[in-house]
Amino acid sequence: MGSLNLVQLLNGLTFAALLFIVASGFTLIFGLLRVVNLTHGALYLFGGYIGYSVALATGSFTLGALAAMVSVALLGIVLDQGLLRFVRRYELREVLLTLGVAFVLNDLALVIWGGDTFSIPVPEALRGATQIFGSYYPKYRLFVLILGILVFVGLWLLLNYTRLGALIRAGVDDAEMVEAMGINIRRVFLATFMLGSSLAGLGGMVGGAFLTLYPTADAEILVFSLAVVIIGGSGSLPGAAIGALLVGLLNTVGQVMFPELAYFVVFGPMAAILAFRPLGLFGKAA
Amino acid sequence: MMSNTSFWRASAAWMIGLAVVFGVLPLVTSSYQMSVATEILIFALLAMSIDLLAGFAGRTSLGHGAIFGVATYVVIYWTSTLGGSPWLALALGIVAATLTAAVFGLFAVRAGGVYFLLITLALGMIVWGVCLRWTSVTGGENGLRGVGRPAIVADPTMFYYATLATVLVFTFVIWRFANSPFGLSLRGIRDSESRMRSLGYATATHMLIAFTFTGFIAGVAGALYALFNNFVSPSTVQLSQSVEGLLMAIIGGVGTLFGAFIGSAAIILLENFVSEYTARWPMILGFMFIGTMIFAPQGILGALRELFRRRRS
Repeated sequence: MGSLNLVQLLNGLTFAALLFIVASGFTLIFGLLRVVNLTHGALYLFGGYIGYSVALATGSFTLGALAAMVSVALLGIVLDQGLLRFVRRYELREVLLTLGVAFVLNDLALVIWGGDTFSIPVPEALRGATQIFGSYYPKYRLFVLILGILVFVGLWLLLNYTRLGALIRAGVDDAEMVEAMGINIRRVFLATFMLGSSLAGLGGMVGGAFLTLYPTADAEILVFSLAVVIIGGSGSLPGAAIGALLVGLLNTVGQVMFPELAYFVVFGPMAAILAFRPLGLFGKAA
Repeated sequence: MMSNTSFWRASAAWMIGLAVVFGVLPLVTSSYQMSVATEILIFALLAMSIDLLAGFAGRTSLGHGAIFGVATYVVIYWTSTLGGSPWLALALGIVAATLTAAVFGLFAVRAGGVYFLLITLALGMIVWGVCLRWTSVTGGENGLRGVGRPAIVADPTMFYYATLATVLVFTFVIWRFANSPFGLSLRGIRDSESRMRSLGYATATHMLIAFTFTGFIAGVAGALYALFNNFVSPSTVQLSQSVEGLLMAIIGGVGTLFGAFIGSAAIILLENFVSEYTARWPMILGFMFIGTMIFAPQGILGALRELFRRRRS
């Protein structure tokens, strides 16, 4: 491990922050709505592309991020209300349907934006490097790290200290009872779906600036998100955070030490955890 | 429920029918159509391996395309990069796929339903990632080119018949496996795992064996595909391969086994037809998946069977 220095550690942490932003949306929808949304990777890619186009047109990174989140949240509504409603409660059909949608969206992105690699321009204030613990490090990646922490805190507060959060948690335990209390549970779930999707969009925007965007980026981010959720356990926010940290750091270690086989380094611990806890570190049986 | 003899007869009729239809095909088709038919046979075998797991063990896998591709990679790597014997390459490819399946199985069999699907999906994508990045062995995105078929099956008609014979033999093996006592206990696990466990069955071991066996079958298909395609790239192991195989199994009707031939024919004919007009095949595949999930989750055969049953009663 001699070759692993502070910069690489920070690389791992910032990648973990991005993974958390994307995977938290995935785990929210999976854990709370019991929908495994395999479109999540494609939503990430769409968010990135839309954010890129808007940022290029307006010159504003913030506007791009907002556009990415809103448009992907809208895509989420279309997916949930337009398609998933027909297969509700058939878990397997739901998953496979979202997989079909992922294929369509990925191909659509290829038609609209082509097969080139894009890099989202970073805002002026976040360009360049800053000194941290004696080494120079890109400001933008530190921003991603802070954003990841903010998203974690925000989601934590939302789920545990707001009315919407209480409704979501109650709806997971007993949706019928919540409905009987006069609350439109479908609306609560739809809000969750939008929130989870918009996180994928945000991830696409943020990630697009340092990982770049290309036609297979959706599959790559999806497999990382899956690893995070499988390690952390579905629906668990701390699980997603720890899973993201593990996957992010391991991926960096893997890339430094075995550049061609980095995937195996992520996969080993995932397999080990599965062997002992098939539902993940924080997973509970449904 | 059909009686035993009539079930046996129906299955035998199916297999003989398949042998006859595919057997006379080369007499009436062009060489291009024959290559399409070869591809249909190979993918029917892949679809059957997925169907065996989905229909009889109740586990939907999205990793079989990757297992299939592992065999393809090994066959081509052994013959072209290492210059080894093609027959040994086929054996090694199938062994590699079987081992990959056993490793996948170790991680996946304890989970059920959606979790099983996610784990096999993630494992399959890891294979894809490795094939894409391990450039020194896999050739990365450029893939590997094979050295052509051994002389005895170099002729397309010969290769077609060799494929047909192989696929039919394994169809029988799969059918035998599905209807063996072991296959029956798999169905028991599918219907109620906890009950089978309390009856004293080692359910996880059963699942592991079933998964490894289906991986072996997928490996046979993948090895044949190496001879057929003479080229392998990450797109051979990518997710859409598993998805296509699963869609074939679903369209043919999950749990029907022989339906895999219909599903495979439907998808491959469509793919060949569509590719002449547009490059948007992934989108069409996606739409087909969405449509099948919403309108005909039991597949074409299943939907027809339902129709027959309703008309009869």
